[in-house]
Amino acid sequence: MAKTLYDKIFDDHVVDRQADGTCLLYIDRHLVHEVTSPQAFEGLRMSGRKVRAPEKTLAVVDHNVPTTDRTKGIADEDSRIQVETLAANARDFGVEYFHERDKRQGIVHVVGPEQGFTLPGTTIVCGDSHTSTHGAFGALAHGIGTSEVEHVLATQTLVQKKAKNMRVTVDGKLPPHVTSKDIILAIIGEIGTAGGTGSVIEYAGQAIRDLSMEGRMTVCNMSIEGGARAGMIAPDEKTYAFIKGRPKAPKGQAWDMALKYWETLYTDEGAHFDHEVRLDAAKLPPIVSWGTSPEDVVSIAGVVPNPAEVSDENKRASMVRALDYMGLTPGTKMTDIPLDVVWIGSCTNGRMEDLREVARIVEGKSISDRLAYAMIVPGSGLVKEQAEAEGLDKIFTAAGFEWREPGCSMCLGMNPDQLKPGQRCASTSNRNFEGRQGYKGRTHLVSPAMAAVAAITGHFVDIRNWQA
Amino acid sequence: MQKFNQLTGVAAPFPLRNVDTDMIIPKQFLKTIKRTGLGKALFFEMRYDQAGNELADFVLNKPAYRNAEILIAGENFGCGSSREHAPWALLDFGFRCVIAPDFADIFYNNCFQNGILAIKLPQEQVDKLMDDASRGANATVTVDLETQEIRGPDGGVIRFEIDPFRKHCLLNGLDNIGLTLEKEKAIKDFEARDASARPWA
Repeated sequence: MAKTLYDKIFDDHVVDRQADGTCLLYIDRHLVHEVTSPQAFEGLRMSGRKVRAPEKTLAVVDHNVPTTDRTKGIADEDSRIQVETLAANARDFGVEYFHERDKRQGIVHVVGPEQGFTLPGTTIVCGDSHTSTHGAFGALAHGIGTSEVEHVLATQTLVQKKAKNMRVTVDGKLPPHVTSKDIILAIIGEIGTAGGTGSVIEYAGQAIRDLSMEGRMTVCNMSIEGGARAGMIAPDEKTYAFIKGRPKAPKGQAWDMALKYWETLYTDEGAHFDHEVRLDAAKLPPIVSWGTSPEDVVSIAGVVPNPAEVSDENKRASMVRALDYMGLTPGTKMTDIPLDVVWIGSCTNGRMEDLREVARIVEGKSISDRLAYAMIVPGSGLVKEQAEAEGLDKIFTAAGFEWREPGCSMCLGMNPDQLKPGQRCASTSNRNFEGRQGYKGRTHLVSPAMAAVAAITGHFVDIRNWQA
Repeated sequence: MQKFNQLTGVAAPFPLRNVDTDMIIPKQFLKTIKRTGLGKALFFEMRYDQAGNELADFVLNKPAYRNAEILIAGENFGCGSSREHAPWALLDFGFRCVIAPDFADIFYNNCFQNGILAIKLPQEQVDKLMDDASRGANATVTVDLETQEIRGPDGGVIRFEIDPFRKHCLLNGLDNIGLTLEKEKAIKDFEARDASARPWA
């Protein structure tokens, strides 16, 4: 029978199948960070259990490390305790751990691919919803809660029912200045924030194939913002080239064997999808979010929408609430919205491709006087090192950006990087929820390129018409 | 995990759609290394002002709903972050049951890991329960997991569907890890097969 990419990987990991379809799925890779793991390790301790496969587990701190100088330790006591707890748990349970001064440290979803820990055809979990990022390599990767983190630590398996198959095909070629971030924001705008609930999304089509691995990670990363726990893209030559030679990637004979298997990882002709969506890349504009849900998106050439034009009562009510929170008036041109902060980074857009794009745009220019600040946070220590080797840090700081240490930072503001009430931010992150980047802070989701031009001008700009 | 059989309690109406887990419990409470005591942080930014005083018009601050045990919620409840602190906060406040038209996948799963019954119902039935819940402390609702029925204050009965395995675990308060470890042989067999089939993995 013709199978989808998801079907193939799922079937290859079934340890046990109950009559009602509940399966025990083998987990090949488990990423662990400091926020969602302490209670799981505590649970193991209380029941006298061990980590079943420490060699399949990798721990790293990212969520609440400060992005300022770390050599003096972490000032916030709760954050420090959480970081120290992960270090102690990793030591006690024999799990490899990247501490906050290790140059391999970074956002867990940047670190996994960087180390070659993320491989096609594997099952990957982490107590973090953006684990969907790893699907860019043709892995089945999704976020889990802390109870499931404990379950995977103890058993290297997860209790799962098969999800539905959904395919989003993006045909054609992207216009200039339109990026992977715009693709995924457009998809979420199209399907809605619950459009992928209960499904695994496979992204396909020419525009997806044309993306770099970084771009594919950006797309898969935000699958969860469309409700899908996992998003995936069939591996190809770009995938293999990215992985080859990385520290944890298979080598020699193991590589040849792996490659042979990876080349079978594609959706068969005629395989069934429960839900199909198609988009034409050529018609996509740069996209900006206006509200407090990632589905609240509009073209940069558009205006703030009007709730009066929405017939559904619940939807209208949430739109009114969102506009009130965001301090926006219907009909305002998106390009007329002034900004206070620009933030560039996150597991969505904190990799080299993103930083190079920003550097290309801001080189020789200065950030707008109206900004309180503009900050760039590399996704990992290795990204930071590479960016500095290319001189990008000099370009950023000369333009007035702050250049920080790697971590999740203001994407969720668990560390001191937070918006103040009322501050409006162009952000390359993934969530514009109320209070996400700081209490009463206002987030607009954009691509790195759009964030870069917004930093220079102090408001949103249609990058397609922008001339420096 | 605490068993769930039958629950009779006050239902609180919470009709917002797309309530994300950041809204259920914001980031500053994620720095804990414990899973207890999070009830005070539930819906923090909607429930308190910046000085930490209760906002009188927030539903859970109203006298009628202070002891609510059932939450009637809007569509796509629990979207966003995978933080299990969200169900921990609901549970610590006193909620054992959440009813909504649909839930985000990770949150839904996290509820069952903590003995919270999450029930999906068609929008019109949620609307009816939302109406009932709006009547305040008089809106006592009974949720019976065994018979898969919800009995409203006016005697109306709504049937709900639930995955049989989740039902079984909840009725008996079963810990998933314990159940899985009973399948140790199957896991070992898989690992042995896999070691030769995918030595690179």
